[in-house]
Amino acid sequence: MSSLQKIGVFVCWCGSNIAATVDVKAVAEAASHEPGVVFATDYQYMCSEGGQARIREAIREYGLTGIVICSCSPRMHEATFRKTAQAAGLNPYMVEIANIREQCSWIHRDMAEGTEKAIILAKAAIAKLHLNTPLKAGESPVVKRALVIGGGIAGIQTALDIADAGYEVDIVEKTPTIGGKMAQLDKTFPTLDCAACILTPKMVEAAQNEKIHLYTWSEVQSVKGFVGNFTVEIRKKARYVDETKCTGCGLCMEKCPSRKTKSEFNLGLSNRTAIYIPFAQAIPNVPVIDTEACLKFKTGKCGICQKNCAAGAIDYEQKDEIITQQYGAIVAATGFNPISLERYDEFAYSQSPDVITSLELERLMNAAGPTKGVLLRPSDHEHPKTIVFVQCVGSRDTTDCGKPYCSKICCMYTAKHAMMIREKYPDTDVHVFYIDVRTPGKNFDEFYRRAVEQYGVDYIKGMVGKVVPHDGKLLVQGSDLIGGEQIKIDADLVVLAAAIEPDKSARPLATMLTASMDTNDFFTEAHPKLRPVESPTAGVFLSGVCQGPKDIPETVAQAGAAAAKVIGLLAKDKLVGNPCVAHSNELMCNGCATCENVCPYGAIGYIDKEINDHGRREVRRIALVNEAVCQGCGACTVACPSGAMDLKGFSNQQIMAEVDAICKP
Amino acid sequence: MQAIVDQIKAKAQELLAAGTVDRVLGWEAGELAYDRTPAVFGPAEALDGLKYDLFCAANLSKYLIAETKKEGKVLALLKPCDTYSFNQLLHEHRIRREGVYVLGIPCRGKIDVRKLAAMGMEGITGVEDDGTTLTVHTLYGDHTCSREEALLERCLCCKGKEHKAFDEVIADPEPYTEPDRDRFSMVSKLEAMAPQERFAFWQGELSKCIRCNACRNVCPACSCLNCVFDNPASGVSGKANVDPFEEQLFHIIRAFHVAGRCTDCGECSRVCPQGIPLHLLNRKFIQDINRFYGEYQAGADPDARGPLTSYTTGDVEPSVVSKGGAK
Repeated sequence: MSSLQKIGVFVCWCGSNIAATVDVKAVAEAASHEPGVVFATDYQYMCSEGGQARIREAIREYGLTGIVICSCSPRMHEATFRKTAQAAGLNPYMVEIANIREQCSWIHRDMAEGTEKAIILAKAAIAKLHLNTPLKAGESPVVKRALVIGGGIAGIQTALDIADAGYEVDIVEKTPTIGGKMAQLDKTFPTLDCAACILTPKMVEAAQNEKIHLYTWSEVQSVKGFVGNFTVEIRKKARYVDETKCTGCGLCMEKCPSRKTKSEFNLGLSNRTAIYIPFAQAIPNVPVIDTEACLKFKTGKCGICQKNCAAGAIDYEQKDEIITQQYGAIVAATGFNPISLERYDEFAYSQSPDVITSLELERLMNAAGPTKGVLLRPSDHEHPKTIVFVQCVGSRDTTDCGKPYCSKICCMYTAKHAMMIREKYPDTDVHVFYIDVRTPGKNFDEFYRRAVEQYGVDYIKGMVGKVVPHDGKLLVQGSDLIGGEQIKIDADLVVLAAAIEPDKSARPLATMLTASMDTNDFFTEAHPKLRPVESPTAGVFLSGVCQGPKDIPETVAQAGAAAAKVIGLLAKDKLVGNPCVAHSNELMCNGCATCENVCPYGAIGYIDKEINDHGRREVRRIALVNEAVCQGCGACTVACPSGAMDLKGFSNQQIMAEVDAICKP
Repeated sequence: MQAIVDQIKAKAQELLAAGTVDRVLGWEAGELAYDRTPAVFGPAEALDGLKYDLFCAANLSKYLIAETKKEGKVLALLKPCDTYSFNQLLHEHRIRREGVYVLGIPCRGKIDVRKLAAMGMEGITGVEDDGTTLTVHTLYGDHTCSREEALLERCLCCKGKEHKAFDEVIADPEPYTEPDRDRFSMVSKLEAMAPQERFAFWQGELSKCIRCNACRNVCPACSCLNCVFDNPASGVSGKANVDPFEEQLFHIIRAFHVAGRCTDCGECSRVCPQGIPLHLLNRKFIQDINRFYGEYQAGADPDARGPLTSYTTGDVEPSVVSKGGAK
């Protein structure tokens, strides 16, 4: 190791977070003997003003050319310490962080082991710093337009808030209408206002807002680019109805002879026509033709809708359309679905039509639903007299069938269902089997208590073991853990609070966005506590259940938070880029285009240039990196066979130096 | 065979006379009867020295990197399997296509001289081939052996008679059925070994390496202007020389560098003076790539983006890769 760096090492205790498992004084002492280190110290909280002042003083006093901070993850405080260095006149990229918290003290119990590892990590950072060079960041412009993917309440609210700040927003929704799950709900807890009454005005507001553009029956096909400058291809699926001509009169649906397709909106509890709008308040109020049900598409004969459409809006020849648009920010609001209950045979969901999910119950209780809001059993259209609710079906389930997490909304909507049924049909017996009742939230526990105390809902702590359809009834066998007995109930209707899971479109979308996901396919936040609405991928934000289970109030709050983050980004004229970008050594470049092939940002091009290779002059095709476009992902540096491509701030030599420092006995 | 050689020479003469090309890249006789050395024949020289026989194994594609940098146009005699390397180099912009006229020439497999030696044939002076049996003339008398016994490993797993790139092809006048052995059989055997056993196998093989660099120098995929092993700044060159273990890493690093680009031409193993089966490393990578990303043959199509340098949302998850393909 030889360089002229004068290095300062600062070891942070992080209170007891680090100091309890790492002997910070020993780390500073060991670091002080490393080549180039002229100053080493430790301090209780390096990130505090006191800690930062010490760093600034040391830089001035010892004329430091670079500093190593042994502290928490660089994701936490690298930016902090770069600013500190800059304030003392040091280039911010002459700072290296040795992560001795997340990667050391938090995962070790033994002080000796933790200290040894912390010393090694410090040595690696010092070795790397010897090869650091000052870097200067470039700037890139911001496209003042946002994309919201998903048109449920989360997406709608985010779009409305962004539009309210004066920015253009596009909503891409894969179904024919915006509205999402909330449009299917009857009443909303804890105030019991009708979902449609509070949602549809927002849908209308979104449709009428001149800053908001809706792409319904559309899907995101590809995403390229980076924060401030995404290029997105949206596939607008053929509706076979010209949106500009359709008046929404509905005559086509009245006349359509294909009427036997299960309604997705009513969860199969009613039928719809082949040309349809999902529900009366759909936005846009333009039907779509289901080509799998449409006689014209299936047999070539029919065309009744076209003949009857006075506006001439029906177009069987319509093709999918690809729209390419630039965005500065992208919000994922892809929502959720109840899990499939096919694997829960014990509840007889597939065997009996009278075993339903809670979302299906919403449709049965909804005035605009298949029963016009009258609660009737699907099998015989009779009023159910005894109803059993089963909570946690597939939630908090560590077997392969279900989900390990709590779906969070079920306790409250089950209390709502039970209460509403007792209110409307007081002669109905309502039993609720639960594992725990979880009601954190403003006015939530009061709501649940009302169900129990005021409406006399029979809450039974225990799980249902079996539901057996028998003679028009459902025999429910469960255990009452408090009474310590087995319970058998002859029920007319069983309602399962199915776990919710992220929409299946989220996973491929995350791949396109290079946004990370957890094992349950929920999007991961940049920080679970401090950056809950941002994805770790810059410029990608999260709204609603795609980030984790949440109810409507929480979703709306998060939607607003995501919008605030988007507005903060779009308000900037320029973004300071990352100077850790790729560059190619023209003497070593083969011009083979491997780097160009792997570059996800299209940042690499080629030029023919006369090269003087140690006296040999020849024109060579060589790679050239557009530093304004490069995001420093490093894909090119590992793909380059000759090692011509390298990453500033993370050069191959720097990485090797770190590895050598770690491996050195 | 002689008929083919005459045809090649006649075609070469014709193209030289017409001014289509100004030189010919082929093979000439070396010091020993079985040495066939790549050579460029200028317009003035007679093509008498041009050889094409069972010993012309050398893959000429790599020579076109240097040849197509020159003025004029070179006639390249490429066997079917050589055209895969040609395409790969074309894909990597290493060959100037306008600088070469590719004459596809037929091939019925080439002889592995090491296999003849192993059968006790030394002092070889010539070979005769009747299609099933070879008669090998040596200083110590004649030997015979089955043709297939003497073929190079790569010829036993022949990629087929089709030229994947050409301007003109000389067809084989006689029928020939190329051997079609499973090229991954030895890889599967190695995969089935216990880790210690496999380590011992490679330890044994790679410790023979004398770092002559023949494998690298002959490899059409190893065509960097500046090899990382020659570049002190790469941080790799020194490592590969420090001790015997790290020297073995040379071959592993090289296999990584050619992964996804290696056409399995087998030149590395053919030229290794120590007889190290280097092609097995490449075939392991090829098999893994096939498993993870679907069947892919580098060089079959010059426009295809290799699976390691392209990305689709259908690509296998890293977790699957780390489990060796188990989904």
